[in-house]
Amino acid sequence: MDSFQDTIFKLKHYWADRGAIIQEPYDLEVGAGTMAPETFLRVLGPNKYKVAYVQPSRRPADGRYGENPNRLYKHQQLQVILKPTPSDVLEQYLNSLEAIGIDLRKHDIKFEEDNWEAPTLGAWGIGWQVMLDGLEITQFTYFQQCGGVDLDLVPAEITYGLERIVAFLQNVDSVYDIEWAPGVKYSAVRLADEEQFSVYNFEMADVAMLWHEFELHERECQRLLDCFRSTKERARFPVLPAYDQALKCSNLFNLLDARGAISVTERVGIINRVRKLAVGVAQAWCEQQFPSEEAAA
Amino acid sequence: MPDFLLEIGTEEIPDWMIEPALEDFRGKFQAAFGSFGGSALVTEATPRRLVLFAKDLLNQAADAENVILGPYLTAGEKAAEGFARKQGTTIAQLAMIADAKGQRYVFHQLVKGQAVTQALADGLPAIVAGIHFPKSMYWTGRGGIRFIRPIRWIVAVLNDQIVPFEVAGVKSGNLTCGHRILGSRKPLPVTSANYFDTLEKSFVIVHAEKRKARIQQALGSEVQKDDALLHTLVYLTEYPSAVRGRFDPTYLDLPKEILSTVMRHHQRYFSVSKPDGSLAPEFVAVTNTDGDPDGLIGQGNERVLRARFNDARFFWQVDQQKKLSARVGDLAKVTFQAKLGSYKDKTERIAKLAAQLAAQTDADENVVQIASLLCKCDLTTDMVKEFTELQGIVGGLYAKAQGEGEPVATAIYDHYRPVNMDDGIPRTVEGQVVSIADKLDTLRESFRIGLIPTGTKDPFALRRAAQGVVKILFEARLNLQLMPLIEDVPALVPFMRERIEFYLRDVLGFFYDEVAAVMAPPITTLADLADRAEAIRYVRPTEDFEPLAASFKRIKNILKQAGINSAPPPKADLLVPGPEKDLYEAWLRVGTEARESGSFRDKLAAVASLRPQVDLFFDKILVNDPNPAIRENRLALLYSLLTEFSTIADFSEIVTKGLNA
Repeated sequence: MDSFQDTIFKLKHYWADRGAIIQEPYDLEVGAGTMAPETFLRVLGPNKYKVAYVQPSRRPADGRYGENPNRLYKHQQLQVILKPTPSDVLEQYLNSLEAIGIDLRKHDIKFEEDNWEAPTLGAWGIGWQVMLDGLEITQFTYFQQCGGVDLDLVPAEITYGLERIVAFLQNVDSVYDIEWAPGVKYSAVRLADEEQFSVYNFEMADVAMLWHEFELHERECQRLLDCFRSTKERARFPVLPAYDQALKCSNLFNLLDARGAISVTERVGIINRVRKLAVGVAQAWCEQQFPSEEAAA
Repeated sequence: MPDFLLEIGTEEIPDWMIEPALEDFRGKFQAAFGSFGGSALVTEATPRRLVLFAKDLLNQAADAENVILGPYLTAGEKAAEGFARKQGTTIAQLAMIADAKGQRYVFHQLVKGQAVTQALADGLPAIVAGIHFPKSMYWTGRGGIRFIRPIRWIVAVLNDQIVPFEVAGVKSGNLTCGHRILGSRKPLPVTSANYFDTLEKSFVIVHAEKRKARIQQALGSEVQKDDALLHTLVYLTEYPSAVRGRFDPTYLDLPKEILSTVMRHHQRYFSVSKPDGSLAPEFVAVTNTDGDPDGLIGQGNERVLRARFNDARFFWQVDQQKKLSARVGDLAKVTFQAKLGSYKDKTERIAKLAAQLAAQTDADENVVQIASLLCKCDLTTDMVKEFTELQGIVGGLYAKAQGEGEPVATAIYDHYRPVNMDDGIPRTVEGQVVSIADKLDTLRESFRIGLIPTGTKDPFALRRAAQGVVKILFEARLNLQLMPLIEDVPALVPFMRERIEFYLRDVLGFFYDEVAAVMAPPITTLADLADRAEAIRYVRPTEDFEPLAASFKRIKNILKQAGINSAPPPKADLLVPGPEKDLYEAWLRVGTEARESGSFRDKLAAVASLRPQVDLFFDKILVNDPNPAIRENRLALLYSLLTEFSTIADFSEIVTKGLNA
């Protein structure tokens, strides 16, 4: 039986063999692999790109104090971006399942409509949730728009839900019973994380401090975007650091939301504020990286 | 005569879009290639292919003739020669026709019918690309073709000959693909004759009806019937099989609503009934496989269901830690609508409105008060956050578990009903009142800020809400006046009237003119409206009614021509004895009878009895008497007649056969 890490190794190898760069996780708090610049910014523009990485993804509101066998505040996604999408992408995907030991002839696989949208990123796509014997194991999306920009080359985003897939492979009912490495359970690696962050996110996070921080990061991001508009030195302008500031805002929004600190009237407004930053960064990135394309458009 | 087979191979198309797409595809194909005849046109689909099969097409469309008009004879021979030359012929080959301006030359141009292969090859790319889907995507790059999902292969064969064309960079050919997993990994060559059989051998049943029959057979009889789920599964599979699974009977402690929702909506399983009708601890999953060779599929599905049920049980336990009544304040954090504030605001409005409604009906005001205050509280529970389609139902179940009492629990449980025109209305008057208050509040507030449905756009389902209110008021016959509840939101008045008219026509089956007639007087209660329409339907076949309706129309026209919008009661001393006086007296008598009779039927029968006097009046009396005082008085009589009886219905709206006034 493969351990959690064995399965990750195999998937990385599988995609590396098909020409993908294997990246490491982005080192900021994000809600999904999509938000890492390796996806959010790389899907923009005319350049081809293939990349795969594991992204720990934080969803403060999904925390359950480590008591629920299937729900986690932080789960691990294996994210694959294939830009442009190869025409046999679904066959490649199915073969990746075979590669981690799923004999598809003995299982039932279905692609069920599930379109993805991230309002805070100005991003959406068309796709499916992939169901294996009734279990959602992957989100598959053809990106159409990102940061409010129509994409030149349509990438496929394949997001494997690692805990679910491995719990399935190891035939355990609780993610905490997954064997992460030989003799080491998932609970030994991550349970404290789930317990403590649930307590913090739901009960102890200092709301005033989070708001203050949100405003600081928003201001910094906006300041950089404004500078970008007026500078002549665009080539080495720090657009990527501006994106980090936007990501910080997104995570703080999620925290405030989990803490129950966002009132009705504020909610839509806050989403729009984060979206404005993400869209601003996406535009700046396109202008910086693909100036000729921008001039043509 | 060749058969044509077209298969558009795609990635998995959402099940609910398939049949409308086929319909559209078929229509467009027929419009474009109707001239090639054909003895049958079949469209079929699986999730991965849209298929069209046209039998016995003509090799060549029939020749057609194009008549080209030339110069008039009077234009001279030179003009005629020029025309003939332009058409590539000689004057001798031209024909002659005559029209109002004289004789002129015409040329009958022969248009050779196109060969079918060429016509298909030329026409299909636009037809395929034009198939309508409610949501589409691009994949070949910005500005590229849009389709529901990427097109990966195209089969286009006329018998065994390829019809060559290209869509989205994919060239048509004679190679198809089998089932993703069970089928041959190599492309399969097909002809129009062996297409369906070849695919079936490669584990693709192209005919939806055959897949449906296969699923039905596999389900067995104790499975709970669910046509919508069956339809979904037909279009989620290419080679369906059924796999049975069991779950731990201890989960049966959870309410059956929750268990069924998990199985049906989240897992697309069929539930299984015990002989006594209760839920058995079993389910049936429909797979896209040839059975379950190692039992792994059944085990996997059981595991997923166990996790789902565990979640539900967990949510139930966690939710009980805070009663619904302690959650009212939490509603401030749940958005009702961005511009309309929170569900707390909404709850306060519902409670106020519901109290007002309860006072007018025999609802228990205390029950209504508690139910309206608690009805939205389940939105803050983990159970509803997970199973949003159970909103209301969960509230009802929790209210009962928390000792709020059966009447309150039932009112909450039912308050979203009716969710569509086929759904029942809330079972109790308290539930009906809360449901109406909730829906009317949504309508009033949305219209107030200008969120008004237009055309097919109705993102907040306001038509459904309005239809729900109307359905409850009609079916429950509540003694509630609708109009005073909406008059202060002017745009809502015509909107609600439309819904009422729709209900009278399409649900109760009244004719257009009957609906128009009863909708003309002010609306009181909807029960009253239905009774008045019913009375018209009852009296209508009697011999006096339609002629009387025709006379009312005549009266209305006379008054309109005379510009009469109001009139004093007719003066008895100015009436001329004979038909005029007789009509006056009949009016007094019938008026009293109508007022005193209990039912609308009797009232209408009384009105209809006026017919002989009305007929005689119009027969013998000239309204436009030279004496203005008499004329005015006659108009006053007619006006009184019209207004007196128009409180039941405007009879002039009734369409009468062959009895034009």
